[in-house]
Amino acid sequence: MTDKKQGNAFTNNPIVRAVGVQKIVVVIVLIALVLFFCVKSTSFRQYTTILSIMDYTYYLAFLGMGVTFCLITGGVDLSIGTGMFCYALIGGYLINQKHAPVIVGILVTILCGLIMGTINGLIVSKGGHAPFLATLCTMMIARGLGSIITGGASITWPVAGSPNGWTRTLFKIDMGGTKLPLGFLWVLILAVVMSIFLNKTRPGRYIIAIGSNKEATRLSGINVPVYQTLAYVISGFFTGLAALAYSSAFQSMTPGGGGGIELNAIGGAIIGGTSMNGGSGTIAGTILGVFIMSVLQAGLPLINIQANWQQIIIGVVLIVAVYIDVLKNKKLA
Amino acid sequence: MGDVILTMKGIDKSFPGVHALDHVDLEIKKGEVHALMGENGAGKSTLMKVLTGIYSKDEGTITYEGKEVEFSNPREAQDAGIVIVHQELNMLGHLTVAQNIFIGREIMNGKLIDDKRMNEEARKLFDQLGIDIDPKETMSRLTVGKQQMCEIAKAISHEAKVIVFDEPSAALTEAEIEELFKIIRDLRDKQLGIVYISHRMDEIKVITDRVTVMRDGGYVGTLITKDCTKDDIINMMVGRVIYEDPKTESAVAKDAPVVLKVEHLNAGRMVRDVSFELRKGEILGFSGLMGAGRTETARALFGADPKESGDVYVNGQKVEIKTPQDAVKCGIGYLSEDRKRYGIVVAKTVAENSTMASLENYMKGLFIDKKKECQVAQEYVETLKTKTPGVDQLVVNLSGGNQQKVVIAKWLVRNCDILIFDEPTRGIDVGAKSEIYQLMNELVAEGKSIIMISSEMTEILRMSDRIVVMCEGRKTGELDIAEATQERIMHAATLRD
Repeated sequence: MTDKKQGNAFTNNPIVRAVGVQKIVVVIVLIALVLFFCVKSTSFRQYTTILSIMDYTYYLAFLGMGVTFCLITGGVDLSIGTGMFCYALIGGYLINQKHAPVIVGILVTILCGLIMGTINGLIVSKGGHAPFLATLCTMMIARGLGSIITGGASITWPVAGSPNGWTRTLFKIDMGGTKLPLGFLWVLILAVVMSIFLNKTRPGRYIIAIGSNKEATRLSGINVPVYQTLAYVISGFFTGLAALAYSSAFQSMTPGGGGGIELNAIGGAIIGGTSMNGGSGTIAGTILGVFIMSVLQAGLPLINIQANWQQIIIGVVLIVAVYIDVLKNKKLA
Repeated sequence: MGDVILTMKGIDKSFPGVHALDHVDLEIKKGEVHALMGENGAGKSTLMKVLTGIYSKDEGTITYEGKEVEFSNPREAQDAGIVIVHQELNMLGHLTVAQNIFIGREIMNGKLIDDKRMNEEARKLFDQLGIDIDPKETMSRLTVGKQQMCEIAKAISHEAKVIVFDEPSAALTEAEIEELFKIIRDLRDKQLGIVYISHRMDEIKVITDRVTVMRDGGYVGTLITKDCTKDDIINMMVGRVIYEDPKTESAVAKDAPVVLKVEHLNAGRMVRDVSFELRKGEILGFSGLMGAGRTETARALFGADPKESGDVYVNGQKVEIKTPQDAVKCGIGYLSEDRKRYGIVVAKTVAENSTMASLENYMKGLFIDKKKECQVAQEYVETLKTKTPGVDQLVVNLSGGNQQKVVIAKWLVRNCDILIFDEPTRGIDVGAKSEIYQLMNELVAEGKSIIMISSEMTEILRMSDRIVVMCEGRKTGELDIAEATQERIMHAATLRD
């Protein structure tokens, strides 16, 4: 018997091991996709397309980063899609209808995410509900809540140039006529911070440990419910940030919307190598995976692929990504 | 051997319906390896769980380093220096070796975890133990043996004074066991107290200084290992209990046709070159200690787990069994030891469970013929004397014994001629037990054949016509009931290779 399970020369290469096979594959796929769209479509090569990809990326990246923590504990957060809409609606409603200061709207939006995250976390860790079911329920609650608070009306956050329109410049700033994707900077900074949090702090380490073997973690004297809840709180916080990113990039939000967006974010995380079975996942991987999703979303319409076909293609991409996850787990077993 | 470090005296523990520990004593000295032995269910693990605070004791005292102690969880015991190296490893497969060793007490550098220093500290531990493991390696990439070494390193890093090894060698190779013994001897020389739980008689002789034997939750005695023989220990383990009406001779004719023949079955580590025959109308008992590979053999035979090699003949015909479906087609039914997980669907009715394995015979076009289903279920409720208010009762509401009858009905409805009973009376009360026994006897009288896996010696001696004994995935004995005794079975069950 050998000391280590066998791998081939590629997977045993120290650099490959440090970065992770899946991330390297994802980078290659991402580059290939960008090249493909560039060749196929002249409009893809334009700067405005990059900006549009970025608009799709910000909110998905935030959602993805947050839900990665839930996935690593072996759970999932389905409430992030409708939640994002719900919190943005509530914040926008306060600004537009109640004439609250914009900063209050922003803070309330994030606070809503934190509250929902805490509720999710407590239902899962203390109530013992399956994460899928618990967050499916809060997803429905979020969907209804947004409608009730706005009275069923669509909400648009103050547009650029209007007195309260400065939120629009949070993610895309106008520098002498050129729009710069400022949000990319925020995504990068938060990705670095959350990466350090996940890998270098105790709460992060325990979140991974819970997903790897919950019982062993408990027997190591670690307060499992606290860290399990924390994962959902993080997810809720990032959903709040995503709500800001979404409302600054897009026009109006309809009450009850946002359903399905959670799957794009979860899909991004899984493409990036986060396991549905918990225990493994990286923030960098999730960001890369999310980019694949947003490049597809921005690129497919430009090569004249209809919306329905876009859904099918994204679905197939996810099946492949999950299959890779299944293969990885087989190897571990 | 030095001074006494740990004394457990008069430890008593009851669970609802079970007197698990009956005033057990155990004394561990510094610098000794103390074996804890006993049959399955003798109470060894329960005793260790009481020691480390997983269970609370009802009565008795634990004295550790001269002071009376009572730990309320494993963490407290650990902090005091009493650590268990578990049989099922409690590892976090996705984290590195060093991260595993220091889980819950990471070395910090300000707010951040100092992985570099943790790696260095882990390296020092391994150097101290003289083993070569890279602390930065991901845990799941190590072999079971190496993982066990990590658990030991973790125990030592807790500054353990007493280490309990719960069947440490069960999953190890010969070379790894040598390495383990070297480490255990080192620890002993450093004046640690070591409790060593194992079924392997020859290991006990090699590594331990004293042996404490338990039986049926009670304390039998403590011996100095080098002054006793294997037979002395076995006699203490099985005791002189008179078991209720054991079978004295086989009821099966010597020339009864062979209905099932298994040749050189191999499936993983737990099933190695197993061959046996089952005759018509016979109850073939499978005996052995925990982890002997009996269930694994049954599962491989039934197609529930993949097998590497081996031939199976049913009624003289060679058959390919790759999935449970294939097995059912050959007329083999399997009653799992874990009823709730594999045997029945508790949230369904008696009728629905009864026809589950043969639903295609109870269809009316596209739909299930509910009437026919209820009829056949009713028929078997009557034959098997299943106590249920009706066939539309949910199985979850039945007692363990009656649930087991529903599983039996499922295979009888399917008309299986070969039934594998895996621990048929586990979790079933005494009255229902004898009903199941009677039922099994009736089934073989009708010409069915039964393989019965059982960890209860009484059950094996009472029911079997012939007994196959397994140890560590190999068949180590085959006895006719006429020549079978507890001692002979236990002898074979502790035979290595």
